[in-house]
Amino acid sequence: MERIIITVVGKDTVGIIAKVCTYLAEVKINVLDISQTIVSGYFNMMMIADRSSSDVDFGACQEALEKLGNEIGVQIRCQREEIFEMMHRI
Amino acid sequence: MINSREVIETNEMIDKENLDVRTITIGISLLDCGSSNLDELNENIYKKITSTAKDLDEVAGKIESQFGIPIVNRRISVTPVSIVGASACNKPEDFVTIAKTLDKAATEVGANLIGGYSALVGKDMTKAEEMLIKSIPMALTNTQRVCSSVNLGATTTGINMDAVRLMGQIILELADASKDRDSVDCMKLVVFCNAPDDNPFMAGAFHGVTEGDAVINVGVSGPGVVKTALESVRGESFEVLCETIKQTAFKVTRVGQLVAKEASRMLGIPFGIVDLSLAPTPAIGDSVADILCEMGLEYAGAPGTTAALALLNDQVKKGGVMASSYVGGLSGAFIPVSEDQGMIDAVKAGAITLEKLEAMTCVCSVGLDMIAIPGSTKATSISGIIADEMAIGMVNGKTTAVRIIPVIGKDVGESVEFGGLFGYAPIMPVNKFSCDDFINRTGSIPRPVHSFKN
Repeated sequence: MERIIITVVGKDTVGIIAKVCTYLAEVKINVLDISQTIVSGYFNMMMIADRSSSDVDFGACQEALEKLGNEIGVQIRCQREEIFEMMHRI
Repeated sequence: MINSREVIETNEMIDKENLDVRTITIGISLLDCGSSNLDELNENIYKKITSTAKDLDEVAGKIESQFGIPIVNRRISVTPVSIVGASACNKPEDFVTIAKTLDKAATEVGANLIGGYSALVGKDMTKAEEMLIKSIPMALTNTQRVCSSVNLGATTTGINMDAVRLMGQIILELADASKDRDSVDCMKLVVFCNAPDDNPFMAGAFHGVTEGDAVINVGVSGPGVVKTALESVRGESFEVLCETIKQTAFKVTRVGQLVAKEASRMLGIPFGIVDLSLAPTPAIGDSVADILCEMGLEYAGAPGTTAALALLNDQVKKGGVMASSYVGGLSGAFIPVSEDQGMIDAVKAGAITLEKLEAMTCVCSVGLDMIAIPGSTKATSISGIIADEMAIGMVNGKTTAVRIIPVIGKDVGESVEFGGLFGYAPIMPVNKFSCDDFINRTGSIPRPVHSFKN
């Protein structure tokens, strides 16, 4: 497992999750969990995914998601899960 | 599994509260570079540094992007140059050639700063160490990235007062050599008592002789995160206050541990320590002084400041110690003046003095840091300030330091701009009374009685 956390923050609009998932499917990144909340009026989506079967480099995946975010008008960030595990789990 | 609240909390710390990794520092031993031929020595040093640290910048960049955490500085520390250069250097100018080599090597690998232009003279000085100290003004004004430190005392050695006297003169000489730039080169020089071998922070980082060939040390930061956490517990008891700091320090340090382990893995260099420090920057919301104010002080320097700082420092350690497998370096809250907007405000408001800062250094790491004083201050007064700080370190068995900038041509009421992370500082008054006859005595202060533990 090579878990990554994808977060999408911005104004809610139609098809955000669909577009992100389409890209992830193309590069063989498997979505494990999705949750969605509204924080301070902003759409806030978090996705846990596994990139162990993907042949796309981590940096390239980050760039593609960032570009996709710019097209939709939201901020998409992609981080390795360990930073959250380390901070919030003993 | 990680939940969205936790992800949001971490990312808000990074985005809004200035959580960052302050530095990844590679410690590199130069002990195997030795040669009695100066050119050969310089060549060996250049090769060793540029080969060991060649991937530093790239790896730091990758970690930044993969975890989404900024890494502000990439740094290198080396074996104290007074030891490495002893067999090849016959005059101070010879040591300066090594400083230039360090500068060139740091530039080549993309390191912001390189530390270790240092001498450890806690008990006495060798001829080489004295030459290195005398070369410091020339070395630091002729290089960009080289940092210098001198250890002047220790709990187990006492204080080398001959070296303390010399450093007063050297600091003024260095200030004079860079007087056209507000004596800024002084910020690249620090003197210590009980200097640690594995400190990743500048200007005082060097790779101690107790260390291995190469090591990764990481310094974390996060005053803004602590300050924000404390905003939610206003008016609560000390118990709640302490718990909040402790838990926040734990989280911040865990990020440092992760980054250190990952950098170590990617560079193939052993992990050394995480330095649990609250290191401020002049950015708004990245201030240690602001934490003290959040605790309930009008300004840093008000009565109660030393107690508040002692509490903060202790809780940061208690939280951080469990978060990292190896803790080291300076580990505590830093209280530099120019690098902390809250501290600058306190000076401007007349809330804090040099003497209060000295008291504060008794309970935190590290010492009198980034303090601008009038350029007309006598060398003996600077040595007196250093001696006082060294005494605090020696007697309390802790690291203390002095990084002071006598700004030539400027006086109290004026201020000085250091630029970037170094910030700016109002010039602080120094006690006018003389300590000439005390400083001009020769020899050293013996080690204190409580150091005899055998």
